[in-house]
Order: sequence, then C-alpha cells, then structure tokens
Amino acid sequence: MNLDFSKEQDMIRKSVAEFMAKECPFEQVKELEESDVGYSPELWKKMAELGWIQIHFPEEYGGFGDPFMDLMIIIEELGKAAFPSPFFPTVIQCGLTILEGGSEEQKKELLPKIANGQLIMALAQYEEEASYLPSGINMPAQLTADHYLLHGTKMFVTDANIADMLIVAAKTHDAGITLFLVDAKDPGITCTKMPTIGMDNTCEVIFKDVRIPKENVIGEPGKGWEILERMSQKAIVAKCAEMLGGCKVAIEMTADYAKKRVQYGKPIGGFQAIQHYMANMQLAYDTSVNYLYKVAWMVDEGMDISWAAPALKAQVNEAYKFITERGIQIHGGVGTTREFNIGLFYRRAKSAEYVLGDTDYHYEQVAQSLGM
Amino acid sequence: MDFKLTEEQQALKEEFQDFFSEEMRNAPPEYGRGGAEGVYATEEGFQFHKYMAKKLGERGWLSRPWPREYGGVEAPLMEQLIFNEVVAYHRAPGLDSFGIGMFAPTLLVGANEEQKQRLLPPLARGEAFYCQGWSEPDAGSDLASLTTTAVKDGDHYVINGQKTWTTGAHRADHMFLLARTDPDSTRSRGLSMFNLKMDYPGIEVSPILYMDNKHLYNDVFFNDVRVPEYDRIGPENEGWNLTRATMNFERSGAGVFTAAKRTLQEIIDYVKTTKRDGKFLSENPVVRQKIAKLFIDTEVGQTLAYRITWLQQQGGLIFAASAASESKVFGTELSQRMANYATEIMGLYGQLEESQWAPMEGSMVTLYQFCTGMNIWAGSNEIQRNLIAWVGLNLPRFK
Repeated sequence: MNLDFSKEQDMIRKSVAEFMAKECPFEQVKELEESDVGYSPELWKKMAELGWIQIHFPEEYGGFGDPFMDLMIIIEELGKAAFPSPFFPTVIQCGLTILEGGSEEQKKELLPKIANGQLIMALAQYEEEASYLPSGINMPAQLTADHYLLHGTKMFVTDANIADMLIVAAKTHDAGITLFLVDAKDPGITCTKMPTIGMDNTCEVIFKDVRIPKENVIGEPGKGWEILERMSQKAIVAKCAEMLGGCKVAIEMTADYAKKRVQYGKPIGGFQAIQHYMANMQLAYDTSVNYLYKVAWMVDEGMDISWAAPALKAQVNEAYKFITERGIQIHGGVGTTREFNIGLFYRRAKSAEYVLGDTDYHYEQVAQSLGM
Repeated sequence: MDFKLTEEQQALKEEFQDFFSEEMRNAPPEYGRGGAEGVYATEEGFQFHKYMAKKLGERGWLSRPWPREYGGVEAPLMEQLIFNEVVAYHRAPGLDSFGIGMFAPTLLVGANEEQKQRLLPPLARGEAFYCQGWSEPDAGSDLASLTTTAVKDGDHYVINGQKTWTTGAHRADHMFLLARTDPDSTRSRGLSMFNLKMDYPGIEVSPILYMDNKHLYNDVFFNDVRVPEYDRIGPENEGWNLTRATMNFERSGAGVFTAAKRTLQEIIDYVKTTKRDGKFLSENPVVRQKIAKLFIDTEVGQTLAYRITWLQQQGGLIFAASAASESKVFGTELSQRMANYATEIMGLYGQLEESQWAPMEGSMVTLYQFCTGMNIWAGSNEIQRNLIAWVGLNLPRFK
C-alpha cells in the first residue's frame, strides 16, 4: 500500500497550477464565459504543447501513455482554475470513446489530432426527453446503400459550437444504438448555444438529412451503448476530479475570507457557527477526494468500477453543491456577486451535477449494483 | 498510489478473521451485537468480554502495537487498522477501549519503568479492565475545568469529588483518574493522573441508566479515597499532557465503517426478502435511494480512514489529527443515519426492541437510541468540528 503521489505526479500538479495561475486568472475565466466561443484557442494550443491534453493516450496515438491518475491530477488543477476549455468533451468523452471503441484506423487518425490540439470534438447523446438511459437515444440513423442518414435533434451537446467533429449516438433500424463520427461543419447541421447556469458551450444540435459514410461508425453498429458505458465510467471519474478541484478552491477562498472579514471586532472565522460550517465543508471534501483517488487507482488497475463510479459521482455532486453553497453563506452578501469568485464555483457545481448522470440517477445505479 | 494490501497484510487479515469467526460462536445471547451495550449492560456480556480478552492476550494481540520490551511487536499502524477492522466486522469484544485503547498508550508515554513493568503485563494478558475517570458534572467538553481533588498525605493522595458518565465503572476493576493536585490551579495546569483500583474504600458507583433502561454509565463518588503515590502516572500537576498522549496508535475510526458495511448488508438482505403491498421493499425507489446513500457513506468513510492511517504512518500528523476528528464526526453521524433509515424502511416493525417480531434482532432500534450517545462521547461532535476548523483550516481558536 502506498497512498502518496509520486514526485513526478507532484511536479505535474505544480506545473499545471502555475500555468493556470499565470495564464488564466478568474477575471479571464469570466471573460471567456461571456465570449461566444467560450474558451481560449491560444491557451488550448499551449496546453497541447505542454503535453497535458494527450498525457493518458497511448504512445502509438500521439500520447505519453501515463496512468489515468496523472490525468486526474491535471484535471483537478483545471478544476481549481474553473478553466473553460474543451478538455472534458474532446479529450475525455470523445477521446476515450474513440480509444474504447474506435477502429485502429480511427484511433490513428483522430487521437494524434486531439493530442496536438488541432481537433475539437463534442458528444451528442441526449435528446429532448433528457434521459441518461439508452432508452433516451431515439434519433434514427437510416441505412441506405453506402451511407447512413441522420435526422433529428440532439440536446445538451457541450462544445458543438466549436467542434470540428461530433460523435453522435443514434439508432439504426436493425442494430440499435450506434455511434457515428460526423463532420460538425456539415451544412445539414444547425447548432444553437443554450444559455446555462455554467455559462458553457451547451448546444442544441439539429440534424437535417446528414449523410454519414458507413466507415464513420465507431466500433460496430449496435455497440454504441456498450462503448458509451465504458467511456462514461471513466469519464465520471475525470469529471469528479474537476469538481473536487473546484471544491478545494471554494474551501480555501472561503477560509481566507473568514479569516479576514471582521465583525463584532473579530474575524468571523473565529465564530463557532462559521467554524462548524467550514468543518462540514472540509469533511465533505476529504471523504470525496480520497474516494476519487481510490477509484482512479481502480481504473489504472483495470478493476471493475461499474459500482464505484456512480457512488463517486453521487457523492461528489452533493459535496460540490454543499461546499459552494455554504461558501457563499460564509462570504455573506459579496458572495452573491459576479465580482467575487465563489459564485463561479456555485454555478459550476450545479452545471457539473448533470454531467453523465445526476445524483438520483447514480443512486439508482448504486442500488442496482448492490443487487437490488 | 496503491490501495492494495501487501501479501503479508492479507495473510495477517485472514489469520485475524479465522480466529474471530471461530470464537464469536461462543457469544452468549445477552451479548447481542456487541458494542458498549453488549460488553457492559449484562453480566453475561461482560464475562464474554473477559473471556475474549484472555484469548486475545494469549495470542499477544492486545499488545501488538507496543514496544518489544513490553511484550509488543511494534505492529505498524496499517496492521493495527486491519486488526481493528476485523474486530469491528465481527462485533467482537475483548479489546478494552479504556485499558488497551487509552491507558496503555498513556503508560507507554508517561509512566516510569516500575509502573510499566507492573501495569502493562496484566493489560497485555487481558486480565485488567479499566474505566476512565475524566468527565465530571461540570466538566464535559471543557474537561480542564474539573474539580475532583487529590491532596497529598504522606505517601498517599486523598481523592474527593465526583466523576460521571463513567462507562463500565460497575464492571471494571481499575480506573485511570484525572484529578486536581494543585488547589490553587485553574484549568489544565495542576492536574495529575492516577491509576487506582475500584475496590478502594470510599469509592461509590451509582448507575446512570440509558434511555433504553440499560446500565452502561455511572456516577462515581470519591470520599477520602487513598491512592498510593506510586500510582500517580507522570509528574505531579502535569497530568493534562498525558491526556493527549497518542503514541503511535491507529485512530482513524476505520472499524466504524467496516461494521457499518456489515450492518448495511443485513439491511439489504432484509429489504430483498421482505414484502409490503405485494412488492419487495427493495423495489421501492425511496428505499433504494436510502440504501445507496448509506453504501456511499461507508465507502467514502472507509477510504478516509485508510488515508488517515497512511498519513499518520508517514508522519503527516497535523492532517491526521484533523482528519481523525472528521472520521469521528462522519462515522458517528453515519451510524445515526443508518439507524434512522433502517427503522424508517422497516415501517411499524422499526419500533420493535429485540423480540420474536423484531427485524434484525431489534438492533436498529437499539442503535437509534445508542447513536445519540456516540455523537457526544469521546469529544462531542461540536468539539470535533472546532478541531477540524482550528487544526485543519487554521481558523482562530477561542480561549
């Protein structure tokens, strides 16, 4: 047993933290949130140059083959910075989908492009009903002689507005749920940004008779859900790393504020009401973050995380909301303003809650895994 | 990072498990599901506690963490955690939480050689049973305000005052006592620690019945009780520091989570086999959600406990201290949630004390009552939260 990070891992953490502090302070985060593209192409390119995007991809696909744990460290630091970037949709959701289900040719073609920051991708899974289950995927993919025809609407597609390529989950007549690689610039596609609490690139994407060559199927027709499930379990862990980075910063900024803000002649951090809120926040964080590392370790060990990933996401969903809500309460009035940064994380917590399943969904997953 | 037990640790765990699965068959019905209620509420339960202590003593397992010269094997913290988890899973007695859990570490840190040679071996053999003479009617969370006095008289001290909430004082043969030796002192200065026998003249033990009518706690009155000077542990007036003696002992609270996992499995078995309105309880979405929440709590709590032990072992004591408070708060409040959810899920049956009708032998309704005490004992959860804020987050302390 060894529950420490390696020196190399500490180094990775430090360099990402320093980069974020220098290149993307919270003022810039807010500017990016308000921009149309919602991210900085320039910073994205720099990150690719630093080797952080591709760290977990195998070497033969342009990566470094580092363990999943290293990727979690990077993402935690991005989360601390509330960094708006295509990291999660492109590298985690789409990157892992290609890695888990793609053909050798698809991997060789696409992963190196993701790795060097050239290719931005988005995953189009949910529809109007907003179900997380396979029964929520009903958009038809109609097979003709040499291609599929996609027709319908996808919702909550993050980064579709900046993506070069989409992965679309649709249903074929005979095989069922199938994943397709789709050129995002196809003239049959209309993409509209939806206003969200996360101020991110959440989009509605409408497909009008979009022609997809047969070879653009990822894996085999009908294997779509299986691939999505395998990707999602790992992606959940990655999302939780980002969320826990946010939790950590929210606690730190709140503790700092409580030490400085004076009322009744004393820093409010000296009052027990505040101390007990903060103790509860710290407790929510410590229980969650150690579980994150355990589940990330299980990923690296190739262990079954079908029960642990939902447990982790439900835990972190609730911890992040709780920590940031109490954070605002301790800040008092200023905590509710655009100027102060705690509100940034409060919004992110709600936004992240929906990613890859909300709390109720994951409680149900856990219940099923317990044989109920 | 690597969360796997080593082969050696795994083998040790199996050895512990084999022993406890075998021996726990000897538990009398009165012992119930163990805990402080199992050990102290009935004579049969306490006799089983003594029987198990002796067995553990024979194997040297009570003193495993101690230095070799006092009969230990200096078991590393992770091995202690593994042992404590197995004990908790089997709901086993024998490990005196006061004698082995608190007083032995204090002796190892603060006693003189004669005292160590005299007092440690009976503890290691599982023959001495202690209670803790700390809390007083006006000194609970604010322990340092205690007023029981110990006045020097020749080669003895004369003790007068009252202790309270003394778990097991009606069954223990020894007490370790904190009393004021400097009458002019206030607060933590001027206190000394003593080892004494419960059959000394002038000690009167009077029961405080728990809300379920069980006898665990006591008031203990001291009227001119004479304690030999050689049983004062550590220097006079410096007993307070000994209350903080931790030595290198596991304090992650891991056992609570292991025990909770076993109880949760029993709750799951119950809901999968019990029908109401034509459906198994396990089909009810509300029930499923409650159980999922409890499962997640046991998972994350256990992982935190391992982290605490690991850091303690690596010398990361500040985090470990604050996180041990977190584990106490989380573990006790989890027990409370578990008891509440389980008795809610059981519906009308949730109110039944142990009887032919009671699900899970009435253990959940017992826990529902007992858990309130857990939130208060060993440093109330409010004090623990203060510690997390002060030590973990560096917020200003109040004096």
